[in-house]
Amino acid sequence: MNFPVIKGAAYALIQANGMLFYQGTTQTSERLKNSQSEHLQKLPEHLRSFDQAVSYPPNQAYIGNITPDDLKQIPQPWYENPVTGARDGKHGEIMPEDEFLGLMKIVDSFELVVLEESFQAGVKEKLQTHPVLNDIEDITKLDKTPGTSDELEQLVAEQSAQPLYFDGKLVGCVKRAHEFDEALSSEVMLGNIANKASAVLALKQMLAKTDLNPEDVDYIIECSEEACGDMNQRGGGNFAKAVGEMCGCINATGSDTRSFCAGPAHALVEAAALVQSGIFANVVVVGGGCTAKLGMNSRDHVKKEMPALEDMLGAFAVHISENDGINPVIRTDAIGRHRIGSGASPQAVMTAIVTDPLDKAGYKITDVDRYAPEMQNPEITKPAGAGDVPQANYKMISALAVKRGEIERTELLKAVDSFGMPGFAPTQGHIPSGVPFIGHARDMILKGKITRTMIIGKGSLFLGRLSNLFDGVSLLMEKNDGKVDTGFDQEAVRLMIADAMRDFAKAFRE
Amino acid sequence: MDLENQARIKDLNDKYGNEDLIVVLGGAEAEASGLAAETVATGDPTFAGPLAGVSLGLKAYHIFEFKDEVPADVYEEQISMMEMVLDVDEIVDEVKTYRK
Repeated sequence: MNFPVIKGAAYALIQANGMLFYQGTTQTSERLKNSQSEHLQKLPEHLRSFDQAVSYPPNQAYIGNITPDDLKQIPQPWYENPVTGARDGKHGEIMPEDEFLGLMKIVDSFELVVLEESFQAGVKEKLQTHPVLNDIEDITKLDKTPGTSDELEQLVAEQSAQPLYFDGKLVGCVKRAHEFDEALSSEVMLGNIANKASAVLALKQMLAKTDLNPEDVDYIIECSEEACGDMNQRGGGNFAKAVGEMCGCINATGSDTRSFCAGPAHALVEAAALVQSGIFANVVVVGGGCTAKLGMNSRDHVKKEMPALEDMLGAFAVHISENDGINPVIRTDAIGRHRIGSGASPQAVMTAIVTDPLDKAGYKITDVDRYAPEMQNPEITKPAGAGDVPQANYKMISALAVKRGEIERTELLKAVDSFGMPGFAPTQGHIPSGVPFIGHARDMILKGKITRTMIIGKGSLFLGRLSNLFDGVSLLMEKNDGKVDTGFDQEAVRLMIADAMRDFAKAFRE
Repeated sequence: MDLENQARIKDLNDKYGNEDLIVVLGGAEAEASGLAAETVATGDPTFAGPLAGVSLGLKAYHIFEFKDEVPADVYEEQISMMEMVLDVDEIVDEVKTYRK
């Protein structure tokens, strides 16, 4: 079968301390109850510098400068064991918040982002020399309509604009897009513009770091957890086209796919199907970051005297294309899915997502070299009582292998160690869900270090209060066998013609 | 403990009383399970939800404690994998402390 391939993947992280403090929902909820709360007083002391964020080992793993295997060797807590890192990575970059606020203004199509004049001039200078964003057409927006400090203060105080802070100073704001429509409030617009801007950064990174040309992109699937629309169509969309527009993808159309944290896995399946069916040759799956989740567990981090590690917006882009005989394939004949009737117990979920597709492909659990489930950084989740999420998934997969008689019970932890990896993604919902490993997996498969991996997305649908169902989708990503089915086998046709001629001649003789 | 669940348990307790009502937990970890058991027994220790300062006096059990009450095939299908993965003794001991 001619499976589609994963031709490239790129990743972006943005450190966003200002948005963590002013727009993270843990902080906005706290502020509503008590604006002078102990948590809000103490939190600023726990915010990291940009250099600390860059040298934080999981962040370096996310942008591809170190591998998950390298990360495994670095002792925890990782925040006490920085590595020599760079903001530029093999698969993407880590951007500071000031430049990102400039990018938010660049991608803002409705003049909702206002930046203070000198701040705006400063970030323009930085973005003009940015290796990936310097050619973005709308950079000229940073020459126009700046605000004064007084105007910003007034917009925030009297017009319910969302403040944008950098280094403790009010440097801008995001205005509401409608006087009373809550779907277009300043909070929603800030989240959506930040989401769009971070997705643009990830896609621009991919266009820069791979040989994909923007005009060759046929279709874009955006898979974050935000909703874009007005009060009459709150989730109308379309982030995908908005992102593509900024990246010069003039021949692409696109749409948004949602399923909480499982969104990216669904989007990858859809992209694979569009390519394999021949509808589109080049499909990009893209997901931007979530401002609401910044500092989500910061209460626990502050209490435990840790840095507020959830200061990163995460984003990614993946390019799915036609089989080139080189890049790793997506085994579309063995897609795992949690069915509506599968049941919600962890066992039922893991069976549906992990072992059912393996059975279909004829593999054992141990035939998969690496599993990439929700790759949340455990250093963020453990202090908040949520445990080590990837490790818990690995133990469940191992336990299934024991139940299926594939390994002995005594080998459970050994199996975890062989196909497991430490989590390295920020807790941005859809971002950790399997996708952060795709860049590394592609490298490892191309270098022959591994043969196959399973990318697993899981989603908690109950959060939307429409269904108690769970969700999950998985994909097997595998070494390309190098055979490309061109759809025309010359030898087979020659044999068919020869047979027909023989039959014809025989008919004459009879 | 999830605020929505706190509200549900409070409503059920109001409706049925605490004499014939128990709470069955499925938590994956001792601390979180203990926190849930404490919340339904003596009130939300984090003072965040509807059970803040409300002592329902409900007894909480972890599903692992009901292994003998659950049909073996159902337990095998639904729970046995997690039984292999989680620290059962630690979780059960923690939950038990709030029934004393």
